[in-house]
Amino acid sequence: MLRQKKEVVAMVLAGGQGSRLKEMTENIAKPAVAFGGKYRIIDFTLSNCSNSDMEAVGVLTQYQPFELNAHIGNGSPWDLDRIHGGVSVLPPYVGRDGGRWYKGTANAIYENMDFIDSYEPDYVLILSGDHIYKMDYSMMLEYHKEKGAEATISVIKVPWEETYRFGIMNVDEDNRIYEFEEKPKNAKSNLASMGIYIFDWKVLKEYLVEDEKDENSKNDFGKNIIPKMVDSGLKVYTYNFDGYWKDVGTIESFWEANMDLLKDDSKLDLYDRKWKIYSVNPHTQPHYISSSGEVKNSLLNEGCIVHGKVEGSVLFTGAYVGENAKVIDSVIMPGAKIEDYAIIEKTIVMEDTVIKAGSKIGDKDSAEVEVINKNNNSH
Amino acid sequence: MKDLMGIINLSENEEEIKEITYNRPTATVPIGGRYRVIDFILSNMVNAGIHNISIFTQGKSRSLMDHIGTGKPWDLDRKNDGLFVLNPVVNVNDVITHKGDLENFKNHLDYIKYSNQEYVLLSRSYMICNIDFKEALQYHKESGSDITIVYKKMINNNKRFLGRNSLNIDENGRVISIGRNAGNRRYYNISMEMYLMKKELFLDIIQDSLTLGDSQYLKQAIFQRLDTLNVNGYPYEGYLACINSIQNYYETSMDILDIDVSRELFHKRGSIYTKTKDEPPAKYTDDSKVSNSVVANGCIIEGIVENCIIGRGVKIKKGAVVKDSIIMQKSIIEDGSYIKNAILDKYVHITENNMLAGDRKNPLVIKKGIKI
Repeated sequence: MLRQKKEVVAMVLAGGQGSRLKEMTENIAKPAVAFGGKYRIIDFTLSNCSNSDMEAVGVLTQYQPFELNAHIGNGSPWDLDRIHGGVSVLPPYVGRDGGRWYKGTANAIYENMDFIDSYEPDYVLILSGDHIYKMDYSMMLEYHKEKGAEATISVIKVPWEETYRFGIMNVDEDNRIYEFEEKPKNAKSNLASMGIYIFDWKVLKEYLVEDEKDENSKNDFGKNIIPKMVDSGLKVYTYNFDGYWKDVGTIESFWEANMDLLKDDSKLDLYDRKWKIYSVNPHTQPHYISSSGEVKNSLLNEGCIVHGKVEGSVLFTGAYVGENAKVIDSVIMPGAKIEDYAIIEKTIVMEDTVIKAGSKIGDKDSAEVEVINKNNNSH
Repeated sequence: MKDLMGIINLSENEEEIKEITYNRPTATVPIGGRYRVIDFILSNMVNAGIHNISIFTQGKSRSLMDHIGTGKPWDLDRKNDGLFVLNPVVNVNDVITHKGDLENFKNHLDYIKYSNQEYVLLSRSYMICNIDFKEALQYHKESGSDITIVYKKMINNNKRFLGRNSLNIDENGRVISIGRNAGNRRYYNISMEMYLMKKELFLDIIQDSLTLGDSQYLKQAIFQRLDTLNVNGYPYEGYLACINSIQNYYETSMDILDIDVSRELFHKRGSIYTKTKDEPPAKYTDDSKVSNSVVANGCIIEGIVENCIIGRGVKIKKGAVVKDSIIMQKSIIEDGSYIKNAILDKYVHITENNMLAGDRKNPLVIKKGIKI
């Protein structure tokens, strides 16, 4: 089956569990985790694709995909329900030689080479579905072409003390990568890979096929494919990004990323009409703050009802805060109910959880963030 | 409800609400922060399982087309049936003499005739409520009536329905005459201008009236046939508002601040749907102070807001005070300004240190796009 040719196909890796998010990803994949009052994490990547005119997008799913699949649907919230292209959800499948799970990021792309080939693309854009940022991929593609690169890796400067957590690029004055170090102890540069790659499809295909034959390979872009490309002297360049970018890997960083949205100088502008972040829109009324309600420094989505006090918090669709209840520095997920006189501080209250009247959870001065869901809710 | 089709007739009197209907029909007046007036009747029909719906317009359809699109938000983008917007067929002579809605129906007779449904539900958009039309149709079938008119019994202290048609109903529920609510009786059975009948009868009425030339309006035609047809009333008991004047629009908006009213109106017998706009959640800053207000997405609130309906993407800057008002989409109110008892249409920009106040009985209306 040959589809209309596309210059570039975007492949979004969305199969990860995000195990460090613990109970938050018990039943859903990390890209499906709710974020910022109305979004799910993958909305940022999908909206970037849409806003960057990426017309063919594949989303690779594996871990707990039901909610993610339902969320993506036919792609219409991101304008990705197209006659030619649009979004395709790509779970592991059974072929003539049997079926197998995706072994690693590179293997996931290898298994879907036919899908990519059907668009006859010149380039492939590899993305991760679990990062929060706004980026114009079409600019990165322009850069890739200008440089005559065979691979381009988007990088961001990270604090030197955190370099050990990232894949670090060592580049010459022309941004050409001469060395790639995965999680180095003594980094020579602080340019960290954001997990966003553009490859010439023909070149990548060769490397994927070869990598698949190597039984010792982890079939991973960061560990195997990229270092190999650099070592064989391919033209691999970095593309510098200096906007907001966050990998919400842990409960603390998830909480922090939500709090970042409340800052006056938040670098992640959700209100920019030229670069909207799209999501599935709920069908519910605007929120209501009653005469006794008090809301400061917070984000509230549609359907919320607030009778109590809300400060420094993010409230998702349909969250309810009762009379004399206090919600401080917290994240309240869709449909959660904080009953009268309950006090919630520095806590993530998961979807549809009811916090009983008068309970007290969390402490705003604590270093820890509490997570309350329906299973561990003793309040 | 495969046997029922819906017709929404937008030939509505806009004289008393003209300040906010210059550029749009009453049907697309913004209401409740993110909705339009027509969302109620459309959603009520869809929630009853009706999936063949037509909207008969009276011009000014840009705003309507923009809002309705393919009908997707109401699940009306269907392969079979779905949503039809039928504009008046204008010829030179008609421009001078207005011919009434029957003429409009006649011009689109084929659509009505070739629809597959046996029954038709006719309505306007300006009576807003949350009604179960399934029940109404069942009542219509069981009562054996030719026509069923939906009405609500109202105590007369409700000034909002003055001048509306009122049904005189006998003990068997039959409509014996139709008059007007003049405000001098204790109770009125206010006609909600929603009629149920067989499609064949509707077609007959259109043809007959135009042949005989005795009526130009459907309402008139039905009233003239009360003797020959069995016309019954179906009582609706929920919240009802009528958006036909600035005063009524304002009062109804203030009703929506009552959480019980808004729960009923927007959800009770089915949710009210509308076009979504992908706005981010509303943002409140350290200086914001908001009470008894409905706030839509995309707003940035830094000032003081009391008893207001705030539409999508409105900005209320630090030091601004807004009370007892309706602020429509994308308006901006700057530092130091004070607004009370006002209706700000879309894209209004109130610059710093202005004071604008209307009266509860006579709210101040600022037209779309004005900068003060």
